[in-house]
Amino acid sequence: MTATTEATVTTDAALAVDGLWKIFGTRADGIIGTPDADLSRKDLQAKTGCVMAVKDVSFEVAPGEVFVVMGLSGSGKSTLVRLLTRLIEPTAGQVRINGEEVTSASEEKLREMRRHHVAMVFQHFGLLPHRKVIDNISYGLEVRGEGKVDRRARAQEMVDLVGLSGYEESYPDQLSGGMQQRVGLARALAVDPAVMMFDEPFSALDPLIRRDMQNEVIRLHEEVGKTMVFITHDLQEALKLGDRILIMRDGEIVQVGRPDEVVGAPADDYVRDFVSEVPRSHVLTLRWVMREPRDGESLDGPVMQADQVIKDVARDVLDAEHPIRVYDGEEFLGVVDDEDVLRVVVAEEEGPES
Amino acid sequence: MTVTGARPSTPPSTRAETPPPEPPPKRRLGLTLGIVVVGWIVGWAIWRGQATLEIGVAELTDVHRWLLELRDDFDAARNSNVVFLYVIDPVSSALDWVVTFLQELVSQAAFPRPVPEIGWLGVLAILTWVAYALAGLRSALLVAVSLLVFGFFGYWEESLDLLIITAVSVGICCLVGLPLGIWMARSKAATTAVTPVLDLMQTMPSFAYLTPLVLVFGIGPASAVVVTLIYALPPLARITAHGIRNVSPTTIEASRSMGATRRQVLRKVQLPMAKRTIVVGINQCTMAALSMATIAALIDGPGLGQPVMQALQSLDIGGAFVSGLAIVIMAIMLDRTTTAASERAETAARGGTGNARRRRQILAGSAVLVAVAVYFSRTYTDLAEFPASPDLGTPLADGVRSATEWVTSNIEPVTEALKDLVSYGLLNPLQALMADSPWWLMAAVLLAVSYLLGGWRPLVTTAVCLAVILGTGLWNESMKTLTTTVVATLLVMLIAVIIGVWMGRNRRADAFVRPFLDALQTIPPFVYLVPALALFGPTRFTAIVAAIAYATPIATKLIADGIRGVSPTSVEAARASGTTAWQMISKVQLPMARAAVVLASNQGLLFVLSMVVIGGLVGGGGLGFLVVTGFSQAEDFGKGLAAGIAITALGVMLDRITQHAAARTGRA
Ligand SMILES: Nc1ncnc2c1ncn2[C@@H]1O[C@H](COP(=O)(O)OP(=O)(O)OP(=O)(O)O)[C@@H](O)[C@H]1O
Ligand SMILES: [Mg+2]
Repeated sequence: MTATTEATVTTDAALAVDGLWKIFGTRADGIIGTPDADLSRKDLQAKTGCVMAVKDVSFEVAPGEVFVVMGLSGSGKSTLVRLLTRLIEPTAGQVRINGEEVTSASEEKLREMRRHHVAMVFQHFGLLPHRKVIDNISYGLEVRGEGKVDRRARAQEMVDLVGLSGYEESYPDQLSGGMQQRVGLARALAVDPAVMMFDEPFSALDPLIRRDMQNEVIRLHEEVGKTMVFITHDLQEALKLGDRILIMRDGEIVQVGRPDEVVGAPADDYVRDFVSEVPRSHVLTLRWVMREPRDGESLDGPVMQADQVIKDVARDVLDAEHPIRVYDGEEFLGVVDDEDVLRVVVAEEEGPES
Repeated sequence: MTVTGARPSTPPSTRAETPPPEPPPKRRLGLTLGIVVVGWIVGWAIWRGQATLEIGVAELTDVHRWLLELRDDFDAARNSNVVFLYVIDPVSSALDWVVTFLQELVSQAAFPRPVPEIGWLGVLAILTWVAYALAGLRSALLVAVSLLVFGFFGYWEESLDLLIITAVSVGICCLVGLPLGIWMARSKAATTAVTPVLDLMQTMPSFAYLTPLVLVFGIGPASAVVVTLIYALPPLARITAHGIRNVSPTTIEASRSMGATRRQVLRKVQLPMAKRTIVVGINQCTMAALSMATIAALIDGPGLGQPVMQALQSLDIGGAFVSGLAIVIMAIMLDRTTTAASERAETAARGGTGNARRRRQILAGSAVLVAVAVYFSRTYTDLAEFPASPDLGTPLADGVRSATEWVTSNIEPVTEALKDLVSYGLLNPLQALMADSPWWLMAAVLLAVSYLLGGWRPLVTTAVCLAVILGTGLWNESMKTLTTTVVATLLVMLIAVIIGVWMGRNRRADAFVRPFLDALQTIPPFVYLVPALALFGPTRFTAIVAAIAYATPIATKLIADGIRGVSPTSVEAARASGTTAWQMISKVQLPMARAAVVLASNQGLLFVLSMVVIGGLVGGGGLGFLVVTGFSQAEDFGKGLAAGIAITALGVMLDRITQHAAARTGRA
């Protein structure tokens, strides 16, 4: 995974979302800007019958970044990701992909973008049961009018890339769920999109297959380096894949940050509850446990970088005679001793902190 | 032959904690209905025989005379009115032309030739080849054997004529119905606009729109095609729309997300994925077309319906049996072939079966044989005109005649007893009650019943329909038809509940009975009259028996599906608390499947009504008889038309009441 620091992208973002709203229901347009917009989802629905699915969401995704959106069921994730390519029309707001405006694009332009710049992977695969695997994968190319020979060659490449060689001539319902989703992945990759979007692609799969597929995505990301927007409600998956994570509740952003930021500094109780089950030592880096050296404390210990994950270095820290000196590059930040590490590791053993 | 699916009621949750807020409405409903019935009987006792609006057989009212003049006006307009000159006439001539063209091609002498362009051998070869290409070897064999049987029965031309009318109608249905279905699937507005029209087309008993169509198109092949078309179009449009609508939204979304245009989504996703369903629609459409095309014999439509009708009217059981059997064989042939074609469509969509190359070779090779056969059949008279011997038809007819005689003379006591039981026990009292009550009392009763069962909206529909019936001047006849319909429906429901419950509770029973029901459903209604007539002679009761045979399969299936649809958890829970089988049926399964039962009675009523009026052909009396005489006696045409209108009004009324009742029980 590319380790991006705080996103500082502005114009060169792969995906930029600004003040995006979606309210389902008739007369939804009239709500934004009125006091009704501040009502809770439940109250709004009771009052107007409209459902606030996405509420004033803004974020940016850097090229090559894996951006995870997570939240409980009904928090508006699927709606959000569909707004990005206007599979659902936004009520208000702006979306730009590679600097190009999606929200004001004409039907024609929008189709052009869908054909070339974005591709999506769906929870229930959305494969065409009457087409062979290879024809499913080349579907996107066919739709945009590419010749049969090119199409097949490209699709064959994708088949190999996702590890489905030998199944080209099968039909989707002859494949297992995991394999079907590989077809979904290949289909999305085939059009060589700038941005890939995943809507809970693995939640219909059983845990072992799911882990395989997550690793597959990580591998593909390393190989092809696409920008990815990944929807999930599984925190483990989010932490594993995400460079940054956006947490939603009732259509609103609660927190955006790197995995360790979300775990180390939850924005509120909703997020804290969410991350309480996570083994913190697996996510937090030394930065989160280091402190100013105390007076007279030995500064002879070994040097480590601040973004190293605690779990990976815990043994070395415990084995060292002296407190570890933590650096960010050349700059000295602080120290970490056995106690600091144990507080994280042991707290975990005792169950979620209070 | 209907597309209405049983929608089992939403399983009522076990609401043990909170007592129901209101007293159960069911008991109150029963009580009020009881009060209505008592009031009715009391009213009948007081005013019996007054204001029954009965009219004599030869009597015509002003309305009937006006309708008769209407026909003259229409006839006069045929040569002057723009609509006739530029719409009806061209359509009608085009249809006549197509039918005549096909007839001269395969079934009728093509002047100056004494025989059709293609003789029987050529036709046999072509149709067998087509069946092979579309549906496979078994269907091809079935088609070949069936055609030969038609020939040996002595009905070669009539069979082909019936096939032609059916094929032309189905062809036009596809041209119109497929786009219509696609349009309905893609536009809510279209659905809203078209659905009521389709509903009406399906609720109208087939007999009812013969007369109005004759008014417009006259009698003959064109008319026959148009009635068939009207009857067969709704299932195709509906099923097509359903198939397209049911394509998984995720798949469509995935396709849209890749930038497919609406056209591309339709062509590459929706149509291929709905293909199997659409072919099922074509199957339904074909079966409907066949059954209507036989009835179209009444308006001079060519085909096998003619000999059946003539034999029925002259009470010639033997003749009716042979031609009826030919129709049944044709029904089976068309049903099997189109079903096999739909299965093939499915396997072809999944990569096909076996060796495609080899199949193509066989097809091409046999095409040569077909061409040779066609050539021979044009050259040699023996191969052009179907040989008169061996004649299977005459001996079969004779055999049936003597068998019928034997049966009737030997089991007459039994059939008579049965007839008397139903007549005296059910039919006569009810008819006395319905037809001898003053019309306003009867109308009040019907309005009350429709309100109690369905609520305000069917009350309004009922009021309108009753006004229409009153307007046709055939109130008394309508009440007689209604009586017959109600009695037959009661019997249908009795049988359907017994068999349906048995099937719903027992998979083996289901597997055993269902094929028979399916087979019964493919038989065109006309044919049901033949055995009924053989057993019971030309009476009202014959129509009832035929109606029962015709309506029971659909009602039984709906009930069986409803019982099967009862949540297994509820059944298990009931069993766990020590419920006996009888308690299970009466306290759990039937109550929970009551929406299905009501729906079954809805379908039962409509099927029965359409059969009861056809029963007019064989002494069924009532409105159906008036429709039939309307065609045979020129001066009775107006009355026949009025009868058609009254039948439609009855159908709409019964349909609305039961539909709303079904919706209510579904919600309760
Ligand atoms: N077409 C629609 N019309 C009305 N309300 C909708 C529609 N689609 C979604 N919603 C509502 O919007 C809210 C957000 O739904 P969404 O599907 O985006 O949630 P989600 O986070 O993807 O949930 P899940 O994890 O279950 O997929 C929900 O309350 C849902 O009921
Ligand atoms: Mg979702």
